[in-house]
Amino acid sequence: MNQPKLDLSPKVSDEIRKTTCYMCACRCGINVHLKDGKVAYIEGNRDHPVNKGVLCAKGSAGIMQVNAPSRLQAPLKRVGPRGSGEFQEISWDEALNLATEWLEPIRKDDPSKLAFFTGRDQSQSFTSFWAQNFGTPNYAAHGGFCSVNMAAAGIYTMGGAFWEFGQPDWDHTKLFMLFGVAEDHDSNPIKMGIGKIKARGARVIGVNPIRTGYNAVADDWIGITPGTDGLFILSLIHCLMKAGKIDVDYLARYTNASCLVNGDEGSAEFGLLLRDDAGKELVMDRATGKLTPFDQKGVKPDLTATHEADGITHRTVMHHMADRYLSNDYAPEAVAERTGISARRIRAIANEIARVAFEEAFELDVEWTDFRGETHAKMQGRPVSFHSMRGISAHANGFQTCRALHVLQIILGSVEVPGGFRFKPPYPKPATVHPKPHCKVTPGAPLDGPHLGFVHGPDDLALKDDGSPARIDKAFTWENPMSAHGLMHMVISNAHAGDPYKIDTLFMYMANMSWNSSMNTGGVMEMLTDKDENGDYVIPRIIYSDAYSSEMVAYADLILPDTTYLERHDCISLLDRPICEADAAADAIRWPVIEPDRDVRGFQSVLCELGAKLNLPGFVNEDGSQKYADYGDYIVNHIRKPGIGPLAGFRGDGTKTGRGDVNPDQLDKYIENGGFFVEHIPEGANYYKPWNTAYQDWAVGMGLFDSPQPYLFSLYVEPMRKFQLAAEGHGDRQPPDHLRERIKATMDPLPIWYDPAPDNKVDDFPITALTQRPMAMYHSWGSQNAWLRQLHGHNPLYLPTKLMKENNLTDGDWAKVTSPHGETTVPVMEMAALNENTIWTWNAIGKRKGAWALDNDAPEATRGFLLNHLIHELLPPKGDGLRWANSDPITGQAAWFDLKVRLEKATAPNESQPVMQPIKSPVGQGPETLSWKVGK
Amino acid sequence: MTQLPQTTARKLGLVIDLDTCVGCHACVISCKGWNTENYGAPLSDTDPYGADPSGTFLNRVHSYEVQPEQGTAQLIHFPKSCLHCEDAPCVTVCPTGASYKRVEDGIVLVNESDCIGCGLCAWACPYGAREMDAVEKVMKKCTLCVDRIYNENLPEVDREPACVRTCPSNARHFGDFADPDSNVSKLVAERGGIDLMPEQGTKPVNKYLPPRPKDTLSEGAGDIDILAPYLEPVAQEAKGFLGWLDKTLEKL
Repeated sequence: MNQPKLDLSPKVSDEIRKTTCYMCACRCGINVHLKDGKVAYIEGNRDHPVNKGVLCAKGSAGIMQVNAPSRLQAPLKRVGPRGSGEFQEISWDEALNLATEWLEPIRKDDPSKLAFFTGRDQSQSFTSFWAQNFGTPNYAAHGGFCSVNMAAAGIYTMGGAFWEFGQPDWDHTKLFMLFGVAEDHDSNPIKMGIGKIKARGARVIGVNPIRTGYNAVADDWIGITPGTDGLFILSLIHCLMKAGKIDVDYLARYTNASCLVNGDEGSAEFGLLLRDDAGKELVMDRATGKLTPFDQKGVKPDLTATHEADGITHRTVMHHMADRYLSNDYAPEAVAERTGISARRIRAIANEIARVAFEEAFELDVEWTDFRGETHAKMQGRPVSFHSMRGISAHANGFQTCRALHVLQIILGSVEVPGGFRFKPPYPKPATVHPKPHCKVTPGAPLDGPHLGFVHGPDDLALKDDGSPARIDKAFTWENPMSAHGLMHMVISNAHAGDPYKIDTLFMYMANMSWNSSMNTGGVMEMLTDKDENGDYVIPRIIYSDAYSSEMVAYADLILPDTTYLERHDCISLLDRPICEADAAADAIRWPVIEPDRDVRGFQSVLCELGAKLNLPGFVNEDGSQKYADYGDYIVNHIRKPGIGPLAGFRGDGTKTGRGDVNPDQLDKYIENGGFFVEHIPEGANYYKPWNTAYQDWAVGMGLFDSPQPYLFSLYVEPMRKFQLAAEGHGDRQPPDHLRERIKATMDPLPIWYDPAPDNKVDDFPITALTQRPMAMYHSWGSQNAWLRQLHGHNPLYLPTKLMKENNLTDGDWAKVTSPHGETTVPVMEMAALNENTIWTWNAIGKRKGAWALDNDAPEATRGFLLNHLIHELLPPKGDGLRWANSDPITGQAAWFDLKVRLEKATAPNESQPVMQPIKSPVGQGPETLSWKVGK
Repeated sequence: MTQLPQTTARKLGLVIDLDTCVGCHACVISCKGWNTENYGAPLSDTDPYGADPSGTFLNRVHSYEVQPEQGTAQLIHFPKSCLHCEDAPCVTVCPTGASYKRVEDGIVLVNESDCIGCGLCAWACPYGAREMDAVEKVMKKCTLCVDRIYNENLPEVDREPACVRTCPSNARHFGDFADPDSNVSKLVAERGGIDLMPEQGTKPVNKYLPPRPKDTLSEGAGDIDILAPYLEPVAQEAKGFLGWLDKTLEKL
């Protein structure tokens, strides 16, 4: 043997800098290895609470992202027509002066003429603060077209939803059920969790029309008909209630199942909860037989009580639930055909849930004290947990479906208990603790409060005095009263239509609205370039910030080039969308681990400067000078409330947590600590959080609340009933007549199911078309990434075996797909593990020629395609002249997954159809080969 | 033409759990990153932003659809890299001795300075686990991160292959198959780990854990009672249900 001698201990790098990944929204900790000041290798940070060392494909491919040829190089001013991609490089001084020149008169005259919307923004508490100080009501991020149904349904029902709000108790759960498209949100933690529970033999059930990813490893796969998840869940609730497999003690103590519902049909309070003078919900105390506020010491709420007063019988929420869900309308046999799941299988699943929740129940020997002062010797475990995101929420019935899922969790007693679902601080936080929406515009002054929030009745809607929408996206109006995240997908369409009013400047950040982030992509391009009778653009000015040469760049008048994620400051803040764990509060930073080699600036730093130039109150000192030199300065020095700033760790002298003075060395402390901060919840405080005195006290100490906020879970969401009452004619604020029936039907305070897409003409368009993002690209701007695009460089349309046969198709053939709105011709591929009336493709693989520094013949541009062309932001016209949004009528969530189509075999064209004209690249094309070795 | 060692002191390799691999490609890209920067020539990419991007990868994930005679179709994610075979045909076929199997731990490596880029080893490998780098014209393959697993510049906990360290679902395990008490030997024993294509006689060191049986919840025939013993009704309608509820509350 003549083996060569190897150096088995080569130097790994000169230095490791620890920061936060931004290849998607998951926000893992990363170790960035540097050699000669250049990024040599990226791996997961083992100490980090989110990923504990692991890292996905996107994260490891970050090196290709920070060196991508598609990075913008300098500020750009449009010199050709919009959409042409003709730009001139300008200096930052010129760019900021131009922006100031455009925005200053708007603010002085009518701040609502600015629409400021951010896309995959992770600095919403900052960008919204900027917009609030500018004074426009027109601000939101991308939640409205992403997953607001999940977030809003969770918060209204139980004070938090999935992902950033909470997680399964991976250490104790024995049955994990996953609903809908979910190869995305909470990317690594879900994979880690599935690995963990599978290692100990726990069962995973996947409910999804498509069996990929997590559904591929699920022990049982339910290939449900899209849009019917709510019906399936309500049938599970039916089976469980009928069998008495519900946690009666939990329901009585911790939910509004015991609250009494006003039964006076003639009253303006019919269907509202009985309350005392202080507004507290009333329950019947089994101990005394008297009506008592729910939170009094020693109260034993009676689930089955009735209360007779003045000849009227008021019954509990539980009565109403029994009336509704025990009905045979929800029996498995009644829903089997619509859901595509046999009655036998529905029963088998309900049975398994019942078995695990009640036969495999366990207790933790941990004492805790509830808000009524009762001390419990043990914590009751219910080892059934759930997770869901866009799959069930991006339908027009998504809010009620998400509500149904939470009701299922709650009747099992599996929320905030061992083995179930657990909140992550600052959640649980009931809707009543969140702000309400604000929309009062004063020229030259800030808005009267935060833009987004939670409405509790018609009085909280964002309407002008004449009843018209105050916001350009019509959020918080009768069309979608509970639109907690705004409706980003309606902004361009409404601004173009001048409905509800015209705007002057559209200002966007990280939002590819002329491509994969919009419905009706071709239409949006027309709206962005359309001119009025004077030859002026209908949307007069567009400012856009992005780090890359995305499709949207060509449609802006002014480009403010952002940095990559390794070149910037950021804070993953408890004020915003934090990275906490069920057992800990946590936040994190990004910091410039490398310096930009281009004339680019972090967008938030640019807003600090622009805010000062515009003299916005939050951004200038008393002498009018710029308050925050850059975003890093803001992160350290901004005070939101006394003692509370963007970062919770190392405050004051560096030892204060949650509340404390500004610490000028705070960022250094974070960097020393690996880029993040964690504060663990003490044992005994870490379950039963909404009702646990120890947790509530800890949360107040951390600055999450100002006082303890115990509350009941809302199986019955009373604010919804207030909107129904208005639609029935009660109150001063009245909906327009054309919306009355829809409000009555959809705003049911107990979860219902309705067909999400009746307007899509199911007879002509019998197939549902879905999209999902591949795990290796979810939220990653990844198609220009040299390594990731080799994994998913084009996206066939996947067809189930039945549709392949019916249409005489084989792999590689092309099919024309037609929706009520448009058509596309694309390559197809068979997939057997797919609901038989569903087709799907990977979203956002398709790219426009000229964008992302890809060659014009890149497969993303020739064979890749977007289904967005087939989806309209409006429903087909109903003949009433009104513009009906393709959105959930409760929250305005974009109903991406209600797309119905038909298909037929097509002669293979040269390229996927429709073909969009190439745009001129502002950055040129990438190199012909890569051999990326930084070290020698 | 190149000799394999009679035995190796240790048999280092991977166990890959096909029941848990979600097909996320984390291992693929982590491997690409580490091995581009480390052992030997970088893993190049040709036409990286063009019509036909093609790069060198030491580890790839393939996805296969399985349609059983009865029941629902399944999708299996199948990560594949060099299996560090005991009877590695890629070594014996090498005309220059560039391909070799290490005596001390059984890792199969290519000594790039002796590799003439003839490609015989890639032809000989029945698994398609070797890739010729288009730029450097040398044969590249999984090194089991030989420059990590003994590397004293890394914390001890990190001395494992990059793909194992990064795998989010913990579907990849690294260890010594010569030691019956090692984590990998135990996993193989407990879960019925299998050789890939044993008929090839290559005696692969890496093992795969097969997927567990799927879709068992709804299988079986019979009455509802047998199928769903925990769903025995407490009542048929609301009134009876509330009566049951009352009694249950009394007992609490």
